Amino acid sequence: MFGSITNWENDLFDQFDRLRREMEDVWGSPGGPASIRASASGSYPAINVGASAEGIDVYVFAAGLDRDKIDISVQQNLLSISGECMPTQPEKSSAHRKERFSGPFRRSLSLPEDIDPDSATASYRNGVLHLGFKRKAEARPRKIQINQ
Amino acid sequence: MTTDKRVARQDEQSPAAPADPKVILRPAVDIFENDHSICLFANLPGVPEGGLHLEVDDKTLTIQGDIEIEMPADMESLYADVRSTRYRRAFTLSSELDTAKIAATLKDGVLEVTIPKREEVLPRRIEITAG
Repeated sequence: MFGSITNWENDLFDQFDRLRREMEDVWGSPGGPASIRASASGSYPAINVGASAEGIDVYVFAAGLDRDKIDISVQQNLLSISGECMPTQPEKSSAHRKERFSGPFRRSLSLPEDIDPDSATASYRNGVLHLGFKRKAEARPRKIQINQ
Repeated sequence: MTTDKRVARQDEQSPAAPADPKVILRPAVDIFENDHSICLFANLPGVPEGGLHLEVDDKTLTIQGDIEIEMPADMESLYADVRSTRYRRAFTLSSELDTAKIAATLKDGVLEVTIPKREEVLPRRIEITAG
């Protein structure tokens, strides 16, 4: 089940994976309608979004980025993340496999209406870009005290 | 930020990377070779140094990494491309590689593994002596 480190010709699982991706490109992934900004499966970088009472957290899985070259913008409630992955190849070497993404990338997603774009915080750690957005004060859950 | 944090782990459900125990992420790799060594780069975003396990066993190189991400305690997943917190991939090594001298670094989620070739298989320049 292992691919040889130098031989990529008969890597059956790679072939299955490619076939599955191509089929998804043709028929789309199963299920209901997708978001108009949803990108095809396998697009780079992978994104996870989580919601809490306080706000929204976006995790962008993009290893090896130069912090200065990550561009994050919020226009209205549309968050866009773009940047570029520089290819790494040691000098005087030949490539056996080149699966890692290289080149410019861009991903966008709509944030919920109750998010305050000015509250954004961003950090980049272990190859994951974490963006935190707080909900507008009026949308945050409030605890109501009962008068004595 | 809330001070109440938890960390995503493979053995529990985590919204930052909802874990399906059957799903193992397959990291993308680049493999290069020159006269002296083979160099492997693997994308393991989210894996800290402590979450990485590199194993060379009977000519098999196994890369395993566990994603650890801090997140608010009450977080729910809205959308997830990454549906597991574990990466794993294995490669068979050929006999000319010196597995005792493997060197590895992990920086910003990129693992770099260098496996030198054994000295006896390195290309040698043969001097031609004038006859």
